[in-house]
Amino acid sequence: MFQNAGVKDFDWTMFFVTLIICGLGVLQIFSATHDTVWQGSWWKQLLFIAAGIFLMWLAANIDYHAMMRQVYPLYIVSVVLLVTVLVIGKRTFGSTRWIALPAGIHLQVSEFAKIAIILLVARLLTELDTEVLTLRDLLKLGGIILLPMALIAKEPDLGTALTYIPILAIGVFLAGMPWKYWMSIGIAIAIIVPVGYASLHAYQRARIVSFLDPERDPQGTGYQLIQSKIAVGAGGTWGKGVTKGSQTQLRFLPVPHTDFIFSAFAEEHGFIGVMVTMLLYFVLLMQIVQNAQTAPDRAGMYICMGVGALLLFHILVNVGMVVGRMPVTGIPLPLMSYGGSSIWSTFLMLGLVNSVRVRRFVN
Amino acid sequence: MRFPSVENNPELQTSAQASKLRDDPKFAATKMAIFQYTAVAIFLFLVTGFWELQIKNPEIYNERAERNRIKELPIVAPRGKILDRDGRVIVDNHSTWSLILSRENLKTEHLHEIADGLHLDYDDLLRKVRRYSKRPKYEPIIIKEELTPADMAFVASHQDPETFPEMETIESQRRLYPENGVLANVIGYTGEISESELDLPEYAKYNQGQIIGKTGIEKQYNDTLLGVDGERQSVVDNRGREREVLGVKPAIPGKNLKVSIDLDLQVVAELALQGHKGAVVALNPQNGEVLAMASQPTFDPNKFAVRIKGSDWKELTSDPGNPLLNRAIQAQWAPGSTFKPIVGLAGLESGSIDEDTVFHCAGGASFYGHFYKCLEVHGAVTLHRGIVASCDAYFYGVGNKTGIDNIAFYAHQVGYGAKSGIDLPSEATGIVPSPEWQMRNYRQKWYLGQTISVSIGQGQTTVTPLQMARAIGGIAIGGVWHTPHLLLSATGKEKPHEWALNPDNVKRIVSGMYGVVNEGGTGVRAKIPNIDVCGKTGTAQVASAEYEATHKGVKDNSWFVAYAPCYKPEIVVSVLWENSGVQGAIAAPTVRDVMKAYFDKKEREAEAEADRSKKNPASALVSALVPGSVPSDKATR
Repeated sequence: MFQNAGVKDFDWTMFFVTLIICGLGVLQIFSATHDTVWQGSWWKQLLFIAAGIFLMWLAANIDYHAMMRQVYPLYIVSVVLLVTVLVIGKRTFGSTRWIALPAGIHLQVSEFAKIAIILLVARLLTELDTEVLTLRDLLKLGGIILLPMALIAKEPDLGTALTYIPILAIGVFLAGMPWKYWMSIGIAIAIIVPVGYASLHAYQRARIVSFLDPERDPQGTGYQLIQSKIAVGAGGTWGKGVTKGSQTQLRFLPVPHTDFIFSAFAEEHGFIGVMVTMLLYFVLLMQIVQNAQTAPDRAGMYICMGVGALLLFHILVNVGMVVGRMPVTGIPLPLMSYGGSSIWSTFLMLGLVNSVRVRRFVN
Repeated sequence: MRFPSVENNPELQTSAQASKLRDDPKFAATKMAIFQYTAVAIFLFLVTGFWELQIKNPEIYNERAERNRIKELPIVAPRGKILDRDGRVIVDNHSTWSLILSRENLKTEHLHEIADGLHLDYDDLLRKVRRYSKRPKYEPIIIKEELTPADMAFVASHQDPETFPEMETIESQRRLYPENGVLANVIGYTGEISESELDLPEYAKYNQGQIIGKTGIEKQYNDTLLGVDGERQSVVDNRGREREVLGVKPAIPGKNLKVSIDLDLQVVAELALQGHKGAVVALNPQNGEVLAMASQPTFDPNKFAVRIKGSDWKELTSDPGNPLLNRAIQAQWAPGSTFKPIVGLAGLESGSIDEDTVFHCAGGASFYGHFYKCLEVHGAVTLHRGIVASCDAYFYGVGNKTGIDNIAFYAHQVGYGAKSGIDLPSEATGIVPSPEWQMRNYRQKWYLGQTISVSIGQGQTTVTPLQMARAIGGIAIGGVWHTPHLLLSATGKEKPHEWALNPDNVKRIVSGMYGVVNEGGTGVRAKIPNIDVCGKTGTAQVASAEYEATHKGVKDNSWFVAYAPCYKPEIVVSVLWENSGVQGAIAAPTVRDVMKAYFDKKEREAEAEADRSKKNPASALVSALVPGSVPSDKATR
């Protein structure tokens, strides 16, 4: 099962791009926290990244087929852990998302469950008997994904729960689905959205309302969006410089080292910094897609595309929130936001992509 | 290097055909391209967001970031102190803490609890916040001044960002007025500029929320007393904690104001008036300085020093005694017999009478078919006795002979019927009735019988206590009427009104007024040993005698006006007791007390000066040779 992958075949472009993004993240974490109670975060993040690189190497060296074979136990373990979180999890900021491990580490299970979902979707789609998805397949996939999503939404962490949808969506899209299913789904969404809105928590509803009109309650729910836009705009073309952004340094910007790290980055590094970083993310994504294109089989392709879709969704929602084009959802920016769980799960996923890549010359 | 083949994983290959299908990675090439284009679109969508904020309008956001970061707190400038003529403090300041609401993070739903915590009226507070809604957000609202320790504790424990971050305290100066309403009506009070005032052009220079003088000296000399507020600019974090001070523009305190009031006299006047309704005015007739000015009932201006409570204000304005009225300049009443010296002067100056002209008093006299009463039967009366005994019948005769036009002319000369021009707001004018006046105001012809009433200061004649003191003082110095003023430095600045009176005529009137006090006249109780006091009593009907008899609370007003010394006047005092229902003589002791205080003080100062001279003969010599060269209390006046 474990084989040392070829050093030459490893996706070095992706690896270095990843490291540069992580480096920018560490710099920004340092800048945003240097005179606060979180001032040690930047080196902790460095440790997370180091461990993440190891996890990536590990994942790259495990044959993804072997992992897919173990996907049901993985899925079950994930669901059990998600239930455990709800029962004994650590409560922060009004929601229960973490399991406390010894040595002060808090694991966000929902981040890791993504990997199981990616593998599971890949396997289920690979095992299809027919050329296109049947209704049965669709319901099976939907059901399998809905269970962890419901558990995560219960924490409540709607943002992370929503990140599971692109994994399914890209899989279904690639596998091919009759147009009438797409239409049915569209109609179902049209019905579910209003009903779902009514069943949201008050704070979640407030976030959506404030996203649509942040100036309506500038001190309340719209505060984060407004402050983020101010920070980004104040950055201008060249930015205010490291540790010089007033929105970040004086803490008008909420959580400038986690969810709003890109806002802090945009304030201190300006449009130029943003462009460079966005380009890096784009290169990363395109590398992942390229790995999907050269994958030895459909399973590998599904894995790569699942990872790609998930990252794209994260970037869209997080960066979109930073510029006020998406509601505040509280999901991190992969590779930049501070946090072990997010870093590790992202590195693990990139490890999966590498695992596919190094096995591309099968025959 | 070889990698394990997928074919080794039978579990993933349910059938050979399926395997073939499933293992064709190129099968979704188009769809992957679609994903790539979607990614491009999403990235463009995001990047345009940054473009919009960072390239197109960074200024807007930069400014908002600055507004977040930089906080400007006003440093309230203390108002100038008000000092008496000897430099004693009448109105002082003391520093207090005020609570302001920063409107940038104000939440209306907090107001209820804030009002409760600070014992403020919620509706008042809400109204105030609403009033500010059109003002720029960075202007704070002062909602409570003079914070008590309990208030401070409330603020300290609720200021955090999670509770009421809009609360901020600033240090400010509060007005401290004399106790018991001493000088209250003269000094006036301060208050927050009102909405209606803000609309007036003369208030355009003030800002909303500013504390300005509302009445009295506080209003008259507001610009002198008002300082220029400073400002403290600092960098704050999201909790409002100061991180760095960018700059401090110190407040410029208002200038101190020295008034001509002598607190020693003022206190005597206030005490003498205690429990009555009326006014006391003491002037220096030689230069118009107001030495004392009291009005009763009065109010406690300290209640206004902050922002007056609605209930207190209602109580003050609905009080039938009208404590907010400065009776010294605003009470207009018939002068009664105090008008007689002026009628006598008019008679003498116009030549219609001389000092020996006799009118008969048979307990009154008949004119135009009507009998006008006198208090006693005086018999044959000449000017001197007419004044001393205050014989009405004599003055009916004088008035009748002199004519209303002459009386009105001289009444105007002494300053009746017009504002004296004192440096206080809202002075009343009083009335000097005349045929012309009657025609203008009532479109009625003058009846000669009216002249008879005017001759004894009745009819429609009204004067204020200030006008009376000025009128008599001006006659006493021979026909010079200085503009009364409170600002000490204004002495000698304004040209007095002059009307050359025949010195002999003045002497005749003065001798009558001397008799009133010193020859067993009606004002005998104003006599002071060794000081020549001249004066005139007055008992003025408020309504007809019949009406007064049947209506409780409607009684005669008592007047007494006097000056001293008789031939070189230094001080003139007028006293009004409203509704006293007794003869004017009753007010005489008040005048005596004030005058005595004046002369006693003068004597004390002379003794002190003498003592000093004894200790330092050289300076005594200089002061003897060059008056005013030695710094002394007198010299600084």
